[in-house]
Amino acid sequence: MDVLMEGQGELIGWHDPDENRKWIMENKSRALLDKRMTLKEAIAKFVADGVYIAFGGFGHVRTSMAAIYEIIRQKKRDLVVAGKTAVHDIDILIGAKCVSKVEVAYAFGHELRGLSPAGRRAVEQGEVEVIAEISNAGYQWRFLGGMMGVPFVVSRNLLGTDTLKKSSCKVVKDPWSGKPVCLIPSANPDVAIFHVHRCDPYGNAQIDGTMIEDFELSRAARRVIITTEEIIDTEKIREEPYQTAIPFFVVDAVCEVPYGAHPTEMPYRYFFDEEHIGEWLELSRTPEGCKSYFDKYVYGTEDFSGYLELVGGLKKMEYLTEVEHFQQPMRAPWLHKK
Amino acid sequence: MNKPAEHYSLRELEACVASRILEDEKSVFVGTGLPMIAAMLANRTHAPGLLIVFEAGGMGPQSPVLPISVGDSRTFYRGIAASSMHDAMSLTQAGYLDYGFLGAAQIDKFGNINTTVIGDWKNPSVRFPGSGGANDVGSFCQRTIVIIGQDRRRFVEKLDFITTPGYLDGNGAREEAGLPEGSGPYRVITQLGVFGFDGSTKEMMLLSVHHGVTPQEVQENCSFEIHIPADVSVTESPTEEEIRVLHEIDPMGMSIGK
Repeated sequence: MDVLMEGQGELIGWHDPDENRKWIMENKSRALLDKRMTLKEAIAKFVADGVYIAFGGFGHVRTSMAAIYEIIRQKKRDLVVAGKTAVHDIDILIGAKCVSKVEVAYAFGHELRGLSPAGRRAVEQGEVEVIAEISNAGYQWRFLGGMMGVPFVVSRNLLGTDTLKKSSCKVVKDPWSGKPVCLIPSANPDVAIFHVHRCDPYGNAQIDGTMIEDFELSRAARRVIITTEEIIDTEKIREEPYQTAIPFFVVDAVCEVPYGAHPTEMPYRYFFDEEHIGEWLELSRTPEGCKSYFDKYVYGTEDFSGYLELVGGLKKMEYLTEVEHFQQPMRAPWLHKK
Repeated sequence: MNKPAEHYSLRELEACVASRILEDEKSVFVGTGLPMIAAMLANRTHAPGLLIVFEAGGMGPQSPVLPISVGDSRTFYRGIAASSMHDAMSLTQAGYLDYGFLGAAQIDKFGNINTTVIGDWKNPSVRFPGSGGANDVGSFCQRTIVIIGQDRRRFVEKLDFITTPGYLDGNGAREEAGLPEGSGPYRVITQLGVFGFDGSTKEMMLLSVHHGVTPQEVQENCSFEIHIPADVSVTESPTEEEIRVLHEIDPMGMSIGK
């Protein structure tokens, strides 16, 4: 095929398919192993400095914030983050100085709440480097290729734009239609971390609501950490095998962390904690504010349960559960600023 | 109920204009903020059969409250499906999405859009969030509707960065680049008026000015030459019913204000 154009963005997470197959055969077990461990152990074991890491969920929906706080607590550095649909997850990591590079589909924004002060400051001051641009579908399809074990997938987005020019994609002439098409290089992140509704000890996970990009990402990533609201018996998995979102043999660690998505939303369980997110957005306007946030909520706590106490404990989570179920209205400090 | 409202805000006007463009028994790909409200307003007024699709996989929701995020649970509350991004984006690429909404930091005369950087990409003076789903919406939806504030800094001759394709550099350019045939920007809605695109040149063209706005004002707030036809109409006002429904959808004023 004629290569019509090549994007100049840095290519990360791409492995020759044979190299990746070999890695899988040597490093991933098909045995039914009890993978339960503490989050502390999982992060220490699988998240090294400098890894290429991606988070499941949607930036502030069903995101494993517990894992993110532990990454910060263990002072991980120079992470290369997939800015796939990155919102609160990446903002917190950037504010804690864990990130050096980002491939951006969406990052540095908090959707309706406004732009992310810490994220933007870091890029504008050169502390975090944006190594490539892509789009949401583009990143989703990088993981599709990684899941499929092929070197790239084909699509019709990005064409004609600067997003393409700064991506790691290429344009070729489709041998059937003769039209230009976009080739999106596959991605196999070093680590991906997901927060799910239910998981058995082996890693068979169930997710309620939208899958977002997790189906493909969990199968594309080399190491997969699951944090779960609850551990269930494998019998429950076998009773409804069609509910299995992530199969055990791609999973490396299972950590039971109720409310582990806080302050992000956990569909059908608990709503966003807008007050807590608002506190972060306010504090993160300055580096000193960032530091005070982490000193209190991360470094000042042993683990996630310590953090939960600080943010209002069971009473707060019960309120957020009621909001999620439309039994109480939400409260959001940023609303008053509009 | 269909009486024109005497008082309305700009956001209310923009939401109503956007809502009226959407058609019953068609589909729309929706993003954060005003687009969501416009689509929900359409659902509750003239387009009950309008199918709303969200990028994270929520399809056809019947939520009593406004979603905060395009990925949150309200985007699939009582929906016809709670699927995935791969599903939503594939369906859009394959031709199931008639309309799409876009916001923008900058726009040019061909409807190309910037939400990435101001200044040099390596060393930007302002870093925006990036494409998100915008490039996908702008590439795949058959007709896109852009909602943007209008001033000379935003309506520019040349974008700092083309994040999302409009008509690129003119008629036929999208197809030449490989983008789906016949797709592209359809309407641009600002605080001054509503714009379309000239059929042959694909350059932005004024369709209507809002009440109290002159065509001169529209041109003054634009750094490129906008085609202003002789017969520019006045944007139809929101009705009292539409205003009432807007505040029913967004009682807290998250997007529509108070």
